[in-house]
Amino acid sequence: MTKANAVLGTAGRFSTRRRALRRFFANRMAVVGLVVVLFLAVVAVFAPALAPHHPNDDIFRGMRGVGPSWEHPLGFDHLGRDLLSRVIFGTRIALTVGLLATLIAVVIGVMVGALAGYFGGWIDEALSLLIDALMAFPLIALLIVLAAVLGPSLTTTIIVIGATVWARYARVVRAEVMSLRERDFVTAAKALGSRDRRIIWRHVIPNVLTSVIVLASLQVGSIIILESALAFLGLSVRPPTATWGGILSDGRAFILRYPHIALFPGMMIVITVLAFNFIGDGLRDALDPHDKR
Amino acid sequence: MSSYLTFRILKGLFVVVLISLMTFVIMRLMPGDPVYLLLGEGQIPITDAQIEAIRAKWGLDRPYHEQFLVWAGNLLRGDFGTSLIRTGVPVRQMIFEAIPITALLNLYALALAIAVAVPIGIAAAARKNSWLDYTTNAFSALGIATPNFWLALMLIVLFALYVPRWFGDLPLIGRIPPFGLRSWQGWILPVIVLATEEMAVLMRITRGTVLELLPQEFVRTARSKGLAERVVLYRHVVSNALLPIVTVIGFRIAFILSGTIIVENVFAIPGIGRLFVDSVLRLDYQVVQSLVVIFAVLVVVVNLLTDLIYALVDPRIRIS
Repeated sequence: MTKANAVLGTAGRFSTRRRALRRFFANRMAVVGLVVVLFLAVVAVFAPALAPHHPNDDIFRGMRGVGPSWEHPLGFDHLGRDLLSRVIFGTRIALTVGLLATLIAVVIGVMVGALAGYFGGWIDEALSLLIDALMAFPLIALLIVLAAVLGPSLTTTIIVIGATVWARYARVVRAEVMSLRERDFVTAAKALGSRDRRIIWRHVIPNVLTSVIVLASLQVGSIIILESALAFLGLSVRPPTATWGGILSDGRAFILRYPHIALFPGMMIVITVLAFNFIGDGLRDALDPHDKR
Repeated sequence: MSSYLTFRILKGLFVVVLISLMTFVIMRLMPGDPVYLLLGEGQIPITDAQIEAIRAKWGLDRPYHEQFLVWAGNLLRGDFGTSLIRTGVPVRQMIFEAIPITALLNLYALALAIAVAVPIGIAAAARKNSWLDYTTNAFSALGIATPNFWLALMLIVLFALYVPRWFGDLPLIGRIPPFGLRSWQGWILPVIVLATEEMAVLMRITRGTVLELLPQEFVRTARSKGLAERVVLYRHVVSNALLPIVTVIGFRIAFILSGTIIVENVFAIPGIGRLFVDSVLRLDYQVVQSLVVIFAVLVVVVNLLTDLIYALVDPRIRIS
């Protein structure tokens, strides 16, 4: 493609994108959410430098379950480990699982939805049945069974969550692709002799990405809650690795003796999920101006 | 209509079969042999012949597809089998003992959530951008972002630890226990936890639905013929908003298990959720499979009913 062509081709899209960006940044809550998520990302990346102690190995003798103090602002857990350091390291797991599992779900969901919507017929019937079956399954139950079967680890958790939550993307993408399929530009591409694969990649998928991005940003939060629920049941990353859900589970075991253990990891989950949800709401309002609430 | 119904029921049945097949396969992939789990992993000296005898007794020596067919056939006759791990207890009995507890718990929670969330959601929409509206939005956002098991822990700390320490026994209520349902006070915290989540969702849906209806023309017509604002709101707007709200409630009922699994574990409540987690961790095939099928059936039936109610109530929707 020549340079002039490229400029002409993208000029229109660029300006709508810029308008959407401006709408997003005009939304105060969305910006707050973005700032919080960036802050959490920095915490996750630089956890070893930021944490005052080692999350697993620094065990303070005689400090089991001691509450917050100036030197240890979040106190100690039931084994005498510094809770602040453990919560900081827990950020890594939460963000990693939240983002990677969402990515896996998006990839599977878009592929399945695009195939079902584009080809229709028996392919659509079969894939729709699979989507319906997955959506009829209480997700947390499926996750518990799968995590127990595969043995808890970081990789398992990410793959298991990603491989089970994609049905919603598939359903949305399928519906949009079915209407896109009838549009003139697809007919034109077909008339020009484009292959199905090229039409799907170049013409169909770019047009559904907006809805997918909105859906994905709204789902990161719920995936973080799912992961912490699994960790809470002992079915996510194994101890002693620090995860927010895992610390909550320690806190639950000692809830009446050392109530402070459960307080802070839970607050971190709420803050993180709120931040992602604000970003998602902001993106939805910015990318879909027709839907004014 | 009747052919559509047949089609939907057949499709629902297919989904149920697919899900039970998936569960069966997954459970058989599980590491660990239930026979050893049953015998306590090598603590009792046992010969290979005895192990084979146990396998044969429970049908574990047969090929997988046969095991599946036997199980599915029994299921159709209402026979859920007997628990392999808790030897001899019929699965049906375990499930039937747990269901009323989970059902009651969620019924109370749902009733509380509807009673609080629907009126507040309507009021928030009617007075958009008032302090009530902002509080409602903040509550919804927080409620959706809060893991219910953390809320449960915090309420235990507050009401079972600090309130008795600071205030002693509460008037009328007395003392709230941290775990279990042995006294009626034990129900308070789990119901509040489950209701909070439902409330957050319902408030948001109610407010959103009413807000979408307010600028529509039939509302303007109702106003312009001089009806009082209250009448416009309740007779014209709310009656039209109820359908989407009912749908959401139906959807929440279908997924009761999702909300209740971890909450029951936190509060040590012997309901379906706790039975499920215990059975997964103990490799109790029979119980897990049966529970999964029961809940898949619940989801399929509720979805079907919601669609049918929608079509019956709203004549614009044609079933084809």
